[in-house]
Formats: sequence, structure tokens, C-alpha cells
Amino acid sequence: MEPSLARYIWTHTRKQQIWILMIVLLSMIPYFMSFDLPKLIVNGPIQGKGFEQPGATLPFMRLHYNLPLIGEVLIFSGFQLGRKATLFALSLVFLLLVVINGLFKLYINTYKGRLGERMLRRIRFDLVDRVLRFPPVYFKRVKSAEVATMVKDEVEPLGGFIGDAFLQPVLLGGQALTAMLFIMVQNVWLGMIAVVIVVIQIVLIPRMRRRLIVLGRQRQLTARALSGRVGEIVDGIGAVHVHDTSNYERADIAARLGLIFKIRFDLYQWKFMVKFLNNFLAQLTPFLFYMIGGYLVILGRLDVGQLVAVIGAYKDLPGPMKELIDWDQDRQDVQVKYQQVVEQFTVEGLIAPAIGALTIDDPDPMTKPLSAIGLSIADDGGAMLLNRISLQVKPGETVALVSTATGGAEALAEAFARLNWPDSGKIASGADDLLELPEAVTGRRMSYASSDVFLFQASLRDNLLYGLKHAPLTPVTYDGAAADQHRWNIDEARRSGNPDLDIHSDWINYASAGATGPHDLFEAVRRVLDAVVLSRDILDLGLRSSADLKRHTELARRIVELRAALRTRLEQEGLSGLVVPFEPGAYNKEATIGQNLLFGAAAGPELADRALAANPYFASVLKQAGLDRTLYEMGMEIAEQAIELFADLPPDHQFFQQLAFMSAEEIPAYETLLQRLKNRPYEAVSENDRAMIVSLSFAYIEPRHRFGLLSDELMSKIVAARNRFYENLPPELHNAIERYDPTKYIAAATVMDNVLFGRVGNNHPDAPDRIRSILYDILDELGLYGELLNVGLDFNVGAGGRRLTGGQRQKLDVARALLKRPDFLILNRPLSALDQRMQDKVLRNVLEEARSDGHSPAIVWVVTNPSMAMMFDRVIVFDSGQLVEDGTHETLLAGNGIFKELVS
Amino acid sequence: MLLKDEVGMLQRVPLFSGIELTKLKLLAFTSDRVSYSAGQILFRQGDEGDAAYVILSGRADILVDSDSGPIKVAEMVPNSIVGEIAILCNSSRTATVRAASQLEALRIRKDHFLRLMKESPEMTIEILRVLADRLSHTTADLIDARSAK
Repeated sequence: MEPSLARYIWTHTRKQQIWILMIVLLSMIPYFMSFDLPKLIVNGPIQGKGFEQPGATLPFMRLHYNLPLIGEVLIFSGFQLGRKATLFALSLVFLLLVVINGLFKLYINTYKGRLGERMLRRIRFDLVDRVLRFPPVYFKRVKSAEVATMVKDEVEPLGGFIGDAFLQPVLLGGQALTAMLFIMVQNVWLGMIAVVIVVIQIVLIPRMRRRLIVLGRQRQLTARALSGRVGEIVDGIGAVHVHDTSNYERADIAARLGLIFKIRFDLYQWKFMVKFLNNFLAQLTPFLFYMIGGYLVILGRLDVGQLVAVIGAYKDLPGPMKELIDWDQDRQDVQVKYQQVVEQFTVEGLIAPAIGALTIDDPDPMTKPLSAIGLSIADDGGAMLLNRISLQVKPGETVALVSTATGGAEALAEAFARLNWPDSGKIASGADDLLELPEAVTGRRMSYASSDVFLFQASLRDNLLYGLKHAPLTPVTYDGAAADQHRWNIDEARRSGNPDLDIHSDWINYASAGATGPHDLFEAVRRVLDAVVLSRDILDLGLRSSADLKRHTELARRIVELRAALRTRLEQEGLSGLVVPFEPGAYNKEATIGQNLLFGAAAGPELADRALAANPYFASVLKQAGLDRTLYEMGMEIAEQAIELFADLPPDHQFFQQLAFMSAEEIPAYETLLQRLKNRPYEAVSENDRAMIVSLSFAYIEPRHRFGLLSDELMSKIVAARNRFYENLPPELHNAIERYDPTKYIAAATVMDNVLFGRVGNNHPDAPDRIRSILYDILDELGLYGELLNVGLDFNVGAGGRRLTGGQRQKLDVARALLKRPDFLILNRPLSALDQRMQDKVLRNVLEEARSDGHSPAIVWVVTNPSMAMMFDRVIVFDSGQLVEDGTHETLLAGNGIFKELVS
Repeated sequence: MLLKDEVGMLQRVPLFSGIELTKLKLLAFTSDRVSYSAGQILFRQGDEGDAAYVILSGRADILVDSDSGPIKVAEMVPNSIVGEIAILCNSSRTATVRAASQLEALRIRKDHFLRLMKESPEMTIEILRVLADRLSHTTADLIDARSAK
């Protein structure tokens, strides 16, 4: 990147800078005119100069010029105005000039603000673009949070400065010069005084500010290091807790903050010191004016109007001067910041832009062998991972790389994936150096998955399809306001040197997954998920999540059919007892009392969990149904029992998991509440306390808690209350609850709850598993299996995929690599988090899936266990960075080499 | 059957007879009430032991795999505990337990059971006593078997 900020700005904003300069120069005319006016007003109509005779008039707006050679030219002879009329006219002109100056200022500020923002956008994009082109080795040394803070925070002040870069010195310099000139014209000696002070300011202040710049640089570096450390703590939070080092981290952060504080405080001290001096110098001048100017007026060598004008003009001098000096400081400050950032982003061996260039059309398949030629790779410490390896992988060949602990097979796989660059030798595809092939070829015709998986914080689907998003493939049509917005987006992107690729286009390359469009892509997805044995996990996720009904309409449409099918199947297998269905007119014993009362899924906070008992409408329904007192007494009974059982246990006791009514922390509160309410009549208990107690009874399930509190009479009362609740439901609660309806899908509930439409019996320990497997059967029969898998694919994997297990992440990575059906599939210990049995199973599936539909990609697999090598055409063995054996599984096993040793 | 009835049943299990009532109630509350129909399997030989069962009503057969198929070695009746060995010594199940009739049982989870032992020395001693008793019976059986050869 351009090391000089001024040149960077000039290169990209030359035209705009010149334009705004012109505007600024133009704005000087009314600005200067507004200086002269006060003198005219004071001397003319106010003091009466030229109006000595009553009724005298003077021409107003008389335009005449003295041109050389031609002499006086009169353009307009003006209006003749009296003293008062002249005063009003001149004052109105003054007002007009104020407006014109303001409008100029508005235009200039807006223009340069936009200019700065565009440049900021350009710089940020350039920086991220560079990150995308850094060589892999760079990322071993840099903390991601530091890069992020550079892109986001450190270049931010540049945006504010860029608009002012050339403008400010001209504008302020012009203003200062104008003011100075005006003073000079009025009185040379007063002018000289102003000049001397200004010169002192210009020389002294920047000198004092040098230290500010040094401190500013330190502030930037320490702040960047701080954000790097904070990022590290977040990423490594597990290690912090495991080793009880949180206080070490606290100390480290406190020390850093202390240093930053010191630097910043130093900075303030200097800043205000300089400010003080600057202000003092600025105030010194008027002191001299009053004294010397006043003296001259008394002597009669200066008229009062002149002195007032000089002082008035001087008011406009310190402002621009101060800002000019500030601008100079900003310039230096920003230049330092810019340099610091640019230094960090100037890296040797940046990937050429052509390698990552946008390519719409798919490249031809890689039909030439992939070879390592005299390949050596060293790690950061200089130890050789691979030492002059030469080998060739032919298209269609399956190769197992077996490696001892220091073998180096992983480094070879990384080199094939271009994640590790050779120190000498090269990887070649046919005759081409692999590193010189565009990513459009290697990223589409080759796939790579390793044990070190990175997932983006998005849905499973987005992560799975990520490997297909190479280029925007469909043009999107926009209408109306959206079209305008889109045009504006493109326009602005171009003005800031950003690409105008449409993120809303369909980026998914269906053809590479063997599909023709969104409608049949899912089939390919399902196959790769089956291959890596991930479908079941995703189905489970689907069952536990609530489906987005905009996307998954089929599930909602066929819910009645699905519920009926489940019911029939359970009956056929004699398992009806496992699920107690919800019936609008009956009490469901396996559900809580709260669920039975509400008979619906809370869709908002008003009726959810603890808020339910406190809801005034709900309380009034209970009262009308004659349940308020019963449920209160029941809650008291539950509280007593729970406290008797649990009061003596330490709060971290695992038994608390079984206590559904209250948490360990709430026990003391309930204990005192119980003491207080024990012998108090119901009527004397406050609303709040009632709600506290009643809410306990809402969590009660008779077959599970077995306190014997539920009678037939109570159950029928609850069902009656349920109906009453819905009959008079106030409109503001209509959206807070979705009533259970056997013919309707409940959007707020999980898919599982929707299909079950009931509760699983509490006394069948294996019921959930059995029901799940029956459910998958039914979904398959009804053709809804895919739909549920699709719901599961909506699951958000969390930051870095941490909501998935390590094994699931690795499986997903392999599925993603398989999905694009590459010519070379490189797998680097991809399933290390799985047990050996599962690894073998996935290995078999992947080999089969990769070769389905007449495809025959080359597969290079760094295996975790030598026994897995059996399933490959060829086995290559590495030891101490050397290729030691190469042959078929049988020949190596027959030999007496390292492989045989490793297997046995 | 309500919680208090279960506590009454537990009291009659020799293993728990020495434990104070509140502890037993807590044990009952934190255990799951499970029911099986005849022929259903509570757990299989070789499974990992994760819970012990107290039979509340009904009967269960204890089966051991052999070359000629499963052999019934014992029958459990109400108030007996089954499956406690595997959770005590972290081993896999030594036998299969199958409901011989409609069966109601209390399923005591392993961690709950161990926690309770830790907190109640009476119970631990009682368990030791029962186990020692069984050991001496087994030893006697072994001597009988050896001398019969």
C-alpha cells in the first residue's frame, strides 16, 4: 500500500479535492465582503458620515470599477437611499451574507464528510482485501483481534481527516490570511503585532506537539495489544478456567490498562498545556490592540471605526489559526496511524490478485496428476517437516498417507491444500505450479478437510454450502425503492473502489454439487450427510427446534396426517401408553398443571413460565373457576414438601436437578415465605405472595412428583378454567399464546412437541428413544424425512461452531468437502475426534460416496490409524520427514518395513 | 402409588432399613418411577450400569447368558433391589433383568446412589454388611461346590 497518506488521498480523491478547493475559494468572496460591512454600517448610517445634511442620500449598490487604460467604468449607478434606509439596506445585505456563508459552509462540510467516508470505506476494504491475500504463514503470528481493531478502529480517524486533508489548510489559511490582510489594510502597525504573535504560534506549538505524536503512537500500539489480549482471553477461556489463571489474566489486563491510562493521562496533560499556551498567545494580541490601538485613537491617528474593524477582524484570526494548528496535529497523528497500519499490512509474498480473481464459469476438471517435486517444508522454528519429497498422485487414485508421529504426512496434505507453502521444491498439477493456479481451479476442483475445522457462526446449511459459494451466479432483479437502493449501492461501491458483487445473488454453484438448482440440491446434501453419518444428529436437532414456517410449509400442512400416523403406529406396536395426547376436553396427567391450564404454547413473555401466575387476566380466570384458593393451598403443600426434602442440602447438590418447582437459590426465599404465610388466612395474603406460591403448583406433574395432590374434581375444574381462559381472552394476549389444536401446527413449539401433540409418559425410561426411532420411520414413510432434515439444517452452529460437538464439526467439514465433488479430495486426519469404529464407517462411506455417479476423484487421506490404509489403492509411509515406503497395502504388509511395524 | 407409600416400601428393603426417613424420602423423590410390562427388559448383561432398581410391585427374572441361551438364575420380588453391584463397582451388568409380570419399580440413578452413600454412613455400613453377607454365602457355596466334586 501507498506509504504516504497524503499521496494515497491525492491519488484517489484528486478531482474531488480540486472541486472542493474551487468552492472554498469561491466562498471567500462573500466571506471577505462580510468583513467590510460592519465598518460601513458603523461609519456610514450610524455615525452619519455622508449624511451630514438632513435629507441627504447616498447611492446604494453602485457598481463601478477603475480599469487600467479605460478609466472608470460605471456598471450600475445604484439606488439613492437616505440614512435610515441605508442602515436597513446594509443590515439586510449583512444578513444575506450570513446566509450565503452558512450555505457555503453546509455544502463544503457535507461534501468533505462524504469524501472522507468514501475514503474510509476504501481503506477498510483495501485492508480486508489484503487480509484475504496474506500468505498462510502470516496468520501464525498475528492475533485476529488485532487485525480487526486495525481495520475497524485505527483507520477510523482517517475518515474524518481525509475530507480536511487539503481543504482545511486552504480554507483556514485563506480565512486567516484574509483576516490578516484586512488588519494590515486598516493599520500596518497593528497588523505587524498580529503577524509576530502568529509566527510565534506557528513555530512554537507544533514543536511542543511532537511529544503528543509519540504518545499517540504508544497509545495506538498499547490499545491494539489490549484488544489482541482480550480476544485471546475470549478464545482461550477454557484454558483460563482449567488452570485457575483468571487472576493472572486479571493482573495482565490491569497492568495493560494501567499503562494505557498513564499514556493517555500524559497525553491529556500535554494537550491542555499546549492549549493553554495557545490560548494565551491568542489573547495577548487583543490586549496589545486595546492598548496600542486605543492610544492611537486618543492621539487621533486612528479612527474608532478602524479600531473596531481591526478588533472585529482579529476575532476571526485566532479561530482559523488554532484550527490550522489542530489540523497540522491531526495530519501528523493520522499519518502516524496510517503508517502503523500500513506497516502491519505490508507483507512479503502477498497472493497475487489474479489468483483470487472472480471467475464465473467453472474451470475444466484437473485431469493431470498432482505431484510433489523435491518438496521441503520447515516449520516456524526451522525444523524440517518434509525433506525433499517427490511423489505423484494420479487422477482417480486413492492414497492413504501413513505417518509416524514426526512423519510429516500432515504437512504434505497442507501443502496440497496450499495452506503450507514449500520452502523449496514445489507442488505441481501437471506442469503448472500449484501455487500459481487460480483459486477458481484449486478451490473448485480440489477439496480439503482436516481435523482443525473452522465453521462460521451461521446455520448448518450455510456452513455446508459455504464450499459452493464461489461467485454470484444469478442476477437479482429489484423493483421500486429496492432498485433505487441497489443502484445507489453499486454506485457508491464503485466510488469507494469496492467491488459491486451482489451479496443477495444466489452464490451457490449447484452444478458442482451435481444438482441443477435449489430444488434438487437437497438430495445431494442428504447423501453427503448420510455418508458422514451426520443425518441422525441433524434430525435430532430438527426435532428439538421450532421450525420456521415460512420455509418449511410442508411440515405444517401435513401435521394432522403425521400425528395420526404416529398414533396408529404406537397402537399397532402396543405402545399407546408411551404418549398421553393433548385433548381439548381432558386433563393430561403427564403434563404440568400449568400446561393443562394454558393448553397452549406461550409465544411471548406475557404468559411464559413465572410470568403466568402473575398475569392479571390469568389470575382472574383462576378466581372465577374457583381454583385460586385450591392452587394456593396446593402450592403451600408443595413448598412444604420441597423445603422439607431439600432445605438441608448444599445448593450445588445434584439432587436439585430433580426439583422442578424452584431452584436451589430460591429455597431460602421460599422458606421465609412459608414461615410468614403458614397460619395466615388466604384473604390476607398479598397478590405477589400468592403468585409466588401458586406458580409452584403450575410445575406439578402427579405421576412424576407423586405427592398425591391431584383429584378428579380438581382436574375437571382445571379443564373448565382452560375453556374459560380462551373464551374471554383479551386482544392484547392473542399473540402471546397459541392454543393447542389437534388440527393445527403450533409455531411456538418444537417439531417434536408438534408431532407428539402430547406428553411422553414419565414412567417409561426408554420412551423418548423409542418414540424418536418410530418417528423417523414415519417421517420416511410420509416423505417428510427430508423436510425435517431441512429444519435441522437451520440450526445455528454458534461462534466457531461451538454448539456442535468436535465430532460433528469434523463430520460437517468432510461433508462440505465431499459436496463439491472435487477431482482431488485431500483429507488430513479429518475424523480424529471420532472413535475408531466410527472412523472406519465414515471412511468406507466417503470412499463410496466420492466414487458414486461415475466419479472417480483422487483421494489422499492422512489416516489416524494404519489399519485404515487397507481400503486404499496405494499406501505411502512417512517417517522423520522422509517418504520411506510406497506401494499397495499387500506389498507393504509383506515387506518388513515401518508400515508392518506400525500395523502390528 | 404415592411418594409416602414408596418410602414405606423402601424402608422394608434391608439395604435401606437403617436410613432415616427424610433421607429415604429424598431418595424416593429424586428417583424415577418406572413401569414395565411383562417381557420388557430393565437392562441387559454387558450394558453399562447407570442405575439400581427397587421393585415396588410385580416380579422380575434375572437371566445370565450361557452357550445354550439365557438361564434364569433368580427371581426378584417386591421390596428387593437389583442392579446395585454394577453401580458400586463401575462394572458392566453381570446379568439381564426382565420383567416377568407387570412391574413397577423405582429407578435410582448411579450418581444419586453414590452421593447418598457418601452422606449417610449408616447406609454405607448397611450395604457393606449385605455385601459381606452375600460374599460369605458365595464362599460357602463355593466350598460346597468344590467338596462335592
